[in-house]
Amino acid sequence: MGLENKEKTAYMGVLLSFALILSYVESLIPFYFGAPGIKLGLANLAVMLVLYRYGWKEAVILNVMRVLLAGFLFGNLFMILYSLAGAVCSFLVMYILKRTGKFSVMGVSMSGGVFHNAGQAGVAFFVTKTAGVLYYLPALIVAGAVTGMLIGITAKAVFKHTQGWKYKA
Amino acid sequence: MKKNDLYLAAAVAAAAFLVWMVQQAVFPSGGEQITVTQDGEIVGVYFLAEENTLTFSNGRGGQNILTVRDGKAYMSEADCPDRLCMRQKPISKKGESIICLPHRLAVEVTAGRDGEMDAVAR
Repeated sequence: MGLENKEKTAYMGVLLSFALILSYVESLIPFYFGAPGIKLGLANLAVMLVLYRYGWKEAVILNVMRVLLAGFLFGNLFMILYSLAGAVCSFLVMYILKRTGKFSVMGVSMSGGVFHNAGQAGVAFFVTKTAGVLYYLPALIVAGAVTGMLIGITAKAVFKHTQGWKYKA
Repeated sequence: MKKNDLYLAAAVAAAAFLVWMVQQAVFPSGGEQITVTQDGEIVGVYFLAEENTLTFSNGRGGQNILTVRDGKAYMSEADCPDRLCMRQKPISKKGESIICLPHRLAVEVTAGRDGEMDAVAR
């Protein structure tokens, strides 16, 4: 038990750094995808790994930590609030879909992408109180699905190469 | 990849299409006024036909400069941290908007008086 806990702590640290590296790589991508808020969501890969390996509690901790740390490192306080909304929204949906057991990593990741963007659009709506933010909603939904699927494909490949980790289906 | 994933993808596509349809119905084209809001309050309404350079201060030291030219409006300058508002495309159609989240500034193309008259006439 003790040894397992130590190993888990170490892995969580590694995975958190992994999430931060992904956030950093993401912040380096110079493309602008046509509508505000469209990005790959690379860091979600680390969240998926933890969600499938350890469970939702660990995934929540990693998710909140990476948003806070990445926010302070590469963004500002406002960005933290904004991305936390997206992260919470997407995580809730991913957790629920995963629990039903009816969807594979692809479906879970895709819905995560969709609800990440929808959550952010929702916060932008409340902050600016302008219906105009919702103008981009269709584009954001489709983009979230596409990027989520890409992350899903990647996650599946990573799972295949880390089978010693014993994922919970 | 499970079969359910495909259903999910179809549902997402349908949802996006539905939202788009609703938008087309709610925001018809042909707006010629822009409304600028700061912290959710309207701070100005301007005509797209008039060339203009407008400066908005958010009261916390932040500043945005909005340029209106050739019937389009775009954010020409901003001192917000991410400057995403400056990278957004010029807006001219009703419902389109430019948002500067850090400064809580929103520019939206809204209906002009003519647009409302048209709606009544129809």
